[in-house]
Amino acid sequence: MSDSGFGGAVAFESRVPARLQHALLASVFVIASCGLAYELVAAALASYLLGDSITQFSTVIGAYLFAMGIGSWLSRYIGGDLARRFVEVELAVGMLGGFTAMGLFLAFAAHSAPFRGLLYLSVLAVGVLVGLEIPLVMRILKREVRFRDLVSRVLAVDYLGALAVSLAFPLLLVPRLGLMRSGLLFGLLNVAVALWALRLFGARRRKLSILAWSCFALLLGGFVAAGKIADAAEGWIYGDVVIHAEDSSYQRIVVTRWRNEVRLFLNRNLQFSSRDEYRYHEALVHPGLATLPRARKVLVMGGGDGFALREILRYPQIESIVLVDLDPAMTRLFSSAPLLVQLNGGALNDARVRIVNDDAARWLEEHVDTFDFIVADFPDPSSFALGKLYSTGFYRLVKQHLAPGGRLVVQSTSPYYARRSFWTIVATLDAVGLKTAPYHALVPSFGEWGYVLAGEETPTLPAAYPQGLRFLTVAGTADLFHFPGDMSRVPAEPNRLDEQGLVRVFEDEWREAGGPQ
Amino acid sequence: MAGSGGPAVKRRDFLAGCGAAGLAGALPGCAPAPPALPPGELARGGLDAGHRVRAGGFPPPVEEIDVPVLIVGAGIGGLSAAWRLCRNEAEFGAARNPLAILELEDRPGGNARYGENAICRYPLGAHYLPLPNQEARAVRALLAELGVLRGAADAPRPEYDERYLCHAPQERLYRYGLWQEGLLPRLGVPTGELEQQERFFARMAQFRDARDASGRRAFALPLAYCGDAPEWAALDRLAMRDWMLGEGFDAPSLHWYVDYACRDDYGTGHDKVSAWAGVHYFACRAGWGGEAGEAVLTAPEGNGWLVDGLQRQIARSPGAVSFHSGQAVYALRQSSGGCEVEAWDRARGVSLRYRARHIIWAAPLFLLPHVASALPADLAKDIAAVSHAPWLVANLSLKAPPAPGAGAELAWDNVLQDGEGLGYVVATHQRIRQAPAPTVLTYYRAFPELAPAAARQLLLERTREEWARTVLAELAHAHHDIHDLVTRLDVFRHGHAMARPLPGFRDRTRRLEAGWGRVRFAHADVSGLSLFEEANYRGVRAAEDVLAASGHLRTRLT
Repeated sequence: MSDSGFGGAVAFESRVPARLQHALLASVFVIASCGLAYELVAAALASYLLGDSITQFSTVIGAYLFAMGIGSWLSRYIGGDLARRFVEVELAVGMLGGFTAMGLFLAFAAHSAPFRGLLYLSVLAVGVLVGLEIPLVMRILKREVRFRDLVSRVLAVDYLGALAVSLAFPLLLVPRLGLMRSGLLFGLLNVAVALWALRLFGARRRKLSILAWSCFALLLGGFVAAGKIADAAEGWIYGDVVIHAEDSSYQRIVVTRWRNEVRLFLNRNLQFSSRDEYRYHEALVHPGLATLPRARKVLVMGGGDGFALREILRYPQIESIVLVDLDPAMTRLFSSAPLLVQLNGGALNDARVRIVNDDAARWLEEHVDTFDFIVADFPDPSSFALGKLYSTGFYRLVKQHLAPGGRLVVQSTSPYYARRSFWTIVATLDAVGLKTAPYHALVPSFGEWGYVLAGEETPTLPAAYPQGLRFLTVAGTADLFHFPGDMSRVPAEPNRLDEQGLVRVFEDEWREAGGPQ
Repeated sequence: MAGSGGPAVKRRDFLAGCGAAGLAGALPGCAPAPPALPPGELARGGLDAGHRVRAGGFPPPVEEIDVPVLIVGAGIGGLSAAWRLCRNEAEFGAARNPLAILELEDRPGGNARYGENAICRYPLGAHYLPLPNQEARAVRALLAELGVLRGAADAPRPEYDERYLCHAPQERLYRYGLWQEGLLPRLGVPTGELEQQERFFARMAQFRDARDASGRRAFALPLAYCGDAPEWAALDRLAMRDWMLGEGFDAPSLHWYVDYACRDDYGTGHDKVSAWAGVHYFACRAGWGGEAGEAVLTAPEGNGWLVDGLQRQIARSPGAVSFHSGQAVYALRQSSGGCEVEAWDRARGVSLRYRARHIIWAAPLFLLPHVASALPADLAKDIAAVSHAPWLVANLSLKAPPAPGAGAELAWDNVLQDGEGLGYVVATHQRIRQAPAPTVLTYYRAFPELAPAAARQLLLERTREEWARTVLAELAHAHHDIHDLVTRLDVFRHGHAMARPLPGFRDRTRRLEAGWGRVRFAHADVSGLSLFEEANYRGVRAAEDVLAASGHLRTRLT
């Protein structure tokens, strides 16, 4: 008992018991909310970063509940100034729980190896502290309230708080605030309970008060800086040094570098690695173009990185290339950044190349030019909008721009991971009256990748390739056009605009394959 | 290069939240005041000119014009009649004066009229045509002439131009805060209801395949090809909702869907629509395309491309048709030798008298008693019994498509289950585009909760601003960003958008299709269902009757 009035039971009794009871019950509600929130934040973060959400949720929640049990058991050893202990526990929970998400994310970004250890350590620590809270509150209240009422009220409010958070977490908090800020928000709530308790108990404990306000300020600072911190950590997550990152009007462009390897990510999907992109682009361009000695005009749709252009420019007879890529940020980046210009050989700045930043279909609709060779190098058909670029309607449009004897090549996703999708694209080109020659190549960064050559006549195999290729050989080309048993043709309907079966098939296949790449 | 672009949730958004906006949204009481309304216009189809006719007091005609056939009204019915007459050009009209079409409005098209702005064309009313049934020979002949139907027009499954087939995804429904694919509620619907849905559609398939003793379909489209059987006729004596309940269909999700269909096609709830019409909606469509399944034809301008197409085909017979817009017909008489029509030319401010051997009345039927004083009383009574539902159409120009929202992607037709309206269609849906570009959403609303006269009164009283606020508030439930995106909101009011097929409408059709002597009716009002196929059939039918009467008919399309 303390004459300052901050002494637990006696001080309690001297105040208005009803008001205090209500206040403490309200704080139980907040405490319960925060307790569940930390658990959910940890589990969500673990499944986000490690994948396999069932395992992550199950183990994190299990560990957390176990830790709460330890906390409850340990609470028997806490004595003395209960209200003071309560405030201390609240501050500790607020700081530890609040910063868990940010700390774990930074830890994961920095080194992913000890992440699991840290995760369960923090889950246990927060769990133990949360386990202490309710027994402490009950002991504080027990002199005021009959045990029967106490248990019923405290536990009722406890479960109510859990319900509130379990609903708010997926519907409101994660979509609006994100995980880091959600965690910090609950940290602030815990500290607010501590500050409130200090006030309620009429405390003039300067030190504790200063400590509480410092915690509050730290959490608030974290809340404000969360965006910057996530950005910084993102660079570490890509594993390499982020040498360029920007949000264009259409996508997030991130270029990373580690030693000699440069990689491009669009919306976090790997687009190329400088280590093996030559395989992809040689296979995209040469099996078609090497059979067209009289080709003069070429159209490239997509391919703003300039690698396909680099391959096309190996042919001296090519007079002009139109590159239609939607995103000016891409073509600007790959025509100006020295490192990237070095990779694509300055292809985007070649005098024979004209860059058009437009929707491919709109450009085709508004122009009448024909081309000897057309490259369709679009992102995979993962949405209805993108699926339109792999439809009979679109290929009919492209066909109008093929010069007599001209060829079209289409990047066609993986015939191994997305076999039906690949053969759907073949069937779609067949359906518009083009003769097709599907083929594939191994690109280690992606796996087995597929292409389709198409033209008015059945495309033939090249008899020679330009000098300086690293991957393709004349002798090996026939193998590219041979599909082994696990990639061989399966029956597929053409992808018509009014059905867009391809989008559904593609989604199913990549989901089964465990996500893109 | 190839990427397998999955749905792109940005890591930093997920982890760190979206900053101030997210914070403000999470704190109650910080919501900003709704932004100012976008500019726009309030227009009303036919209301002003129509009321002018009722007021009367036109000057005497200053000119008399002789034409072989006079068509009143240049909606789908009138244009289809002219199109059919022009197909017989060799025998008809070319040597004499051209046939004339009088249209009240400035532009042809009627319910299928369209608007256009810097972004694209957009519908002002009717916005799609389901693939026509085999029996809809006139519609198929037209589509074949327009090059949209390829190969034999009478094939069971002809091929259609992919550009006009509505692209996937066609429809989605906003329900419980999520968009689901298709309009039939599936998400969160109990198993029992799903089974009922299945049973309902199996029942409708039976109706679709049902034929009478002479092999005619029970629920054909056009309606004129429907067969007869007492058990089908009995459906026209009760409301759709009552029929459903009598058949043990009580699932709320199914009732919502059927009610939505009735509001969409008939402007009237399923508690009032004739069960025959309700069943017809689900049982009539059997017009599959080659590789396409059940599908609809559409274009940015809705059915406006068909209006343009009809005009284009008519123009291929130069000089055969003279088109006059802004003509308010105020008097119509007929004698044994021919007919006389007096019309007021709005632009010139004078009246004209037309003398014709035949008249094709392709304007809404309810106007006829106002101009033909000699109309027999029983015919006038049947016409007066055709009740019309009013419609509201709002065209919203947007800077960019609305944020996709949770669930299914933006479709052509997007419906909010709890909305007062019928949802919206996206005018730019048929474009092959990646970049989010400006678009126009066409929002529709019927007024099933009000008597038609009361709803028309509401349409006359409310300002554009009031409608704009209502429409935006409704759409904001599913699209939080709508206020920031909308740059213009035009409201178009149809006072008499569509005939309401109430119980008993079938018997009336049989009397109305006889017409009135030399005045033949060529409006969907005759059929009682305001559908393109009906308007087209009525127009072609009237034209062929005229050709037959003058001994010029070779083969019938009807």
